[in-house]
Amino acid sequence: MNALIDQFFNLDVMRQALPYLLKGLLITIVLTAVLAPLGMVTGLGLALASRTSHGPLRWLVRAWVNVFRAMPPLVLIILTFSAFPFLGIQLSAMTCVILGLALNNSAYYCEIFRAGLGSVPPGQAEAARSTGLGRFATLRLVVLPQATRNVLPDLASNTIEVMKSTSLAAILSVGELLFAASTARSVTFNTSPLTLAAVLYLLILIPAVRLSGRLERRAPVTPH
Amino acid sequence: MDASGFLDLFLNVDVAKRYLPQLLHGAWVTVSLSVFVVLAGLALGMALALVRLVSPRPVVWLLRLGVDCFRAAPPLAFILLIFFGLPSLGITLSAYWVLWLVLTAILAAFAEEIYWAGISSIHKGQWEAARSTGLSQAQAIRLVVLPQAFKLCVPPLTNRAIAITKNTALGTAIGMPELLNEAQTAQSFSGNATPLILASLGYLLIFIPMMMFAARLEKRMRWGTSR
Repeated sequence: MNALIDQFFNLDVMRQALPYLLKGLLITIVLTAVLAPLGMVTGLGLALASRTSHGPLRWLVRAWVNVFRAMPPLVLIILTFSAFPFLGIQLSAMTCVILGLALNNSAYYCEIFRAGLGSVPPGQAEAARSTGLGRFATLRLVVLPQATRNVLPDLASNTIEVMKSTSLAAILSVGELLFAASTARSVTFNTSPLTLAAVLYLLILIPAVRLSGRLERRAPVTPH
Repeated sequence: MDASGFLDLFLNVDVAKRYLPQLLHGAWVTVSLSVFVVLAGLALGMALALVRLVSPRPVVWLLRLGVDCFRAAPPLAFILLIFFGLPSLGITLSAYWVLWLVLTAILAAFAEEIYWAGISSIHKGQWEAARSTGLSQAQAIRLVVLPQAFKLCVPPLTNRAIAITKNTALGTAIGMPELLNEAQTAQSFSGNATPLILASLGYLLIFIPMMMFAARLEKRMRWGTSR
């Protein structure tokens, strides 16, 4: 029992490691703040492209989504990190993490927005157009607000997944929370920094998970 | 870079031939681990949902907290925690079983929530009707509630199972010789990107059919419930 406390819940070690872990947490938050909007914008763009009447474009989007959803995000990160140097392009580890995860996220956000756009009855857009709104104004003022509201729970839970996936950056030694913790572990020969990292993740993500669960249970608002 | 130089570095037939056995072995580890994780995770998730159904409030509260921990924290954090922590307690598990343990726990946590949502969505009248025909509580759960709930659970369960199975690639962080790890090793020995390209194709070959199967299942289940 003492060995367990000493190895996993050693407060002295945690106190020493805390400043480093907080710095790592900041990078985790920055990564999430970059990746989530990036994924949403590209995902929305792809979703809109998948609804055009242009056949090859639709096919391209389907292929994009299937490929980047099927590949584990870590494979995408390692592929960008290890394959680009063979082309004579040296990218920083941070860039590779952002690139790899953005490709993966874009596919997931695309599927969510596609479902959202599909949930808005076509009559809404037709009515908006017949009042004299342009195509873009119809999308921005009428279709998108309803589409987004209908898939809000999915957007929330996917954004939680984005934050969790930033931990993969640790494998390329990008100094986010998990990397800071595993460095602290190898310096102190003690597992407590990893416990502390898990606790920090949970402090942020458990409220987020509960909140998104509550969004899910609320009945979706369907316009008539 | 000209076309032949590109092919030489990214789709080199000699390199592919040389490392194919290792890559196939890696793919086999990935697939077998995935199967074990899915079987154990779905079963454990069902057990937890049933425990939640019959437990008093404090137990339910603890269970929910545990489930939320596994749903909220990044899998890699748990993998490193267990892999580096357990040996200091005198317990040594191989990387394979560490990965199995963590991914099973995570899938079980998500599955419990999904089963629970399915069970809660069954109308109270179904319970009452089942009990009033003389079925015991256990029979009512097994014969009336679960079959109906399960139908609703299939699409989210398959999607979640696929998402968690993809985390087998995290094994490379603790040196487990699954597909990604074998490809990285082969790449550093050969100084050639071909093994990684092959591994990526391997993942597509494993997961795209699974995703298509899940989509078909989802369609069938939706049709089934609307009747």
